[in-house]
Amino acid sequence: MLNKTGVPTAEDVLTVTPSEERLKKGPVAIIECFQEIPCNPCTEACKQGAIQPMEDINNLPQLDYDQCNGCGVCLSRCPGLAIFIVDASYSETEAIVRIPFEYVPVPRVGESVVGLNRAGEELGTFVVNKVQSGGQKNKTYTIWLVVPKALAMDVRSIRLGGLRHAN
Amino acid sequence: MPKVKEIEVLIIGGGPAGLSAAAAAAELGASVLVFERDDKTGGQLVKQTHKFFGSKKQYAGDRGYQIGNLLIDQCMSNPKVEVWTDTTALGIYEDGVVTAEGQGKHLKIKPERIIVATGASEKMIAFPNNDLPGIYGAGAVQTLMNVHGIVPGQRVLMIGAGNIGLIVSYQMMQAGVEVVAIIEAAPTIGGYLVHASKIRRAGVPILTSHTITEAYGQDSVEGAIICQLDEKWQPIPGSEQDLKVDVICLAVGLSPLTELCFQADCEMKFVPELSGHVPLRNKYLETTRPGLYVAGDVSGVEEASSAMVEGRLAGVCAAFSLGYGNDVAPKLQADALAELSELRAGPAGQKTVNGIKKLMDKGGAAC
Repeated sequence: MLNKTGVPTAEDVLTVTPSEERLKKGPVAIIECFQEIPCNPCTEACKQGAIQPMEDINNLPQLDYDQCNGCGVCLSRCPGLAIFIVDASYSETEAIVRIPFEYVPVPRVGESVVGLNRAGEELGTFVVNKVQSGGQKNKTYTIWLVVPKALAMDVRSIRLGGLRHAN
Repeated sequence: MPKVKEIEVLIIGGGPAGLSAAAAAAELGASVLVFERDDKTGGQLVKQTHKFFGSKKQYAGDRGYQIGNLLIDQCMSNPKVEVWTDTTALGIYEDGVVTAEGQGKHLKIKPERIIVATGASEKMIAFPNNDLPGIYGAGAVQTLMNVHGIVPGQRVLMIGAGNIGLIVSYQMMQAGVEVVAIIEAAPTIGGYLVHASKIRRAGVPILTSHTITEAYGQDSVEGAIICQLDEKWQPIPGSEQDLKVDVICLAVGLSPLTELCFQADCEMKFVPELSGHVPLRNKYLETTRPGLYVAGDVSGVEEASSAMVEGRLAGVCAAFSLGYGNDVAPKLQADALAELSELRAGPAGQKTVNGIKKLMDKGGAAC
């Protein structure tokens, strides 16, 4: 259904979801890249040896969750904005989701923003805990969002300006 | 009688393919002249704000306009490359003379080799009131926004979910324009799914198997009627929706700009996978007219990444055939051919691979 709606299915997401155990250990990349296209910047971005070099540039990225330390370099390099970092070790009840962001205005630290799922549906308002600039050349911001643990694998986009209750 | 300018390699078109060809040919030592119809070079790259796919060799991860600037710098810094902007090629004649209109003058050039890198033009589709103000091609929207800094309107219906439809929708969203929906007549999204997912999670619906039945409005677009299509691409009665929009943006495909190839008497063939009539050419991109090469969308609509590699290949081949770079040219040719195969190896490149196969296949109906 992904190729009809743009929304990855639960099964798609499962193929890129680390084990509960790994998620608990700390930040890890979730590479939501489900289509073979000629693209490999993520493999070159990864200095941890976690994203395996591709034999064919059209291959899907292969991530070794245990090698990944959640540094997030791949997140800002991915041309498809398809990589997220999830840190389920943040607190007892909350996780951090890092999301690539290329809109204006860029949210401020401490600001509450609307969290959206893969279908663009509102999941609630969440606090921005850190904002990283991608720099002059890269330009993609990374937004760190504090979300309830149960939503760590669902929140994938943000919107400023409050809830619209339009789901 | 104006003087005829002589040059070793003439490149027609200063987009990603043409600039890459110019840099490659000049690098090997050939003297190059580039014609660009616009007032500056870079082609569509200057309007692309997204990061490119591919690998490092095609500048993946850099944004399109950054790659454009890089290619422009490469050409500008090479004294072997001369660029004539505001110059439109008019014809390629039997005696090898190429004519052009530039700055109000009729120009004549006698090149030893020609590389046609004219790109492609946008397709239009038929529906009632498709001539209302507010109906744009996606390229026009990009020019308006990314060259002139003007948004096309407030609420947009995008038609076409190929890469251009998806990318231009995203650019409008970034500019604060509301994209009401992206509709696509085909049953599946044609562009890269990562682009689609990025837009979808921001809340914009992508409706496959949907088409526009009409636009309406008094003096300009006020809305559009869309409907769902069944498996046979027929409208499903009762599925009509009325969308209040002030802009309808068409991203329904591109056609290779091949007039010069036809006029130069290159053998042409209609290949749907390459988006229309394209010139027959060998793997080194030389057409059936000796010394005339093609590169980029004019030889089959594809991505800018492959256009740049094709440009480089054509540039190397043209210079090599003039006796330049005898030591390095064969390796450069092999590298470029390998890069093209690599880029086209996956499912996304299958259409192009099939198209080129059909094109090279002797015995097909040529014209």
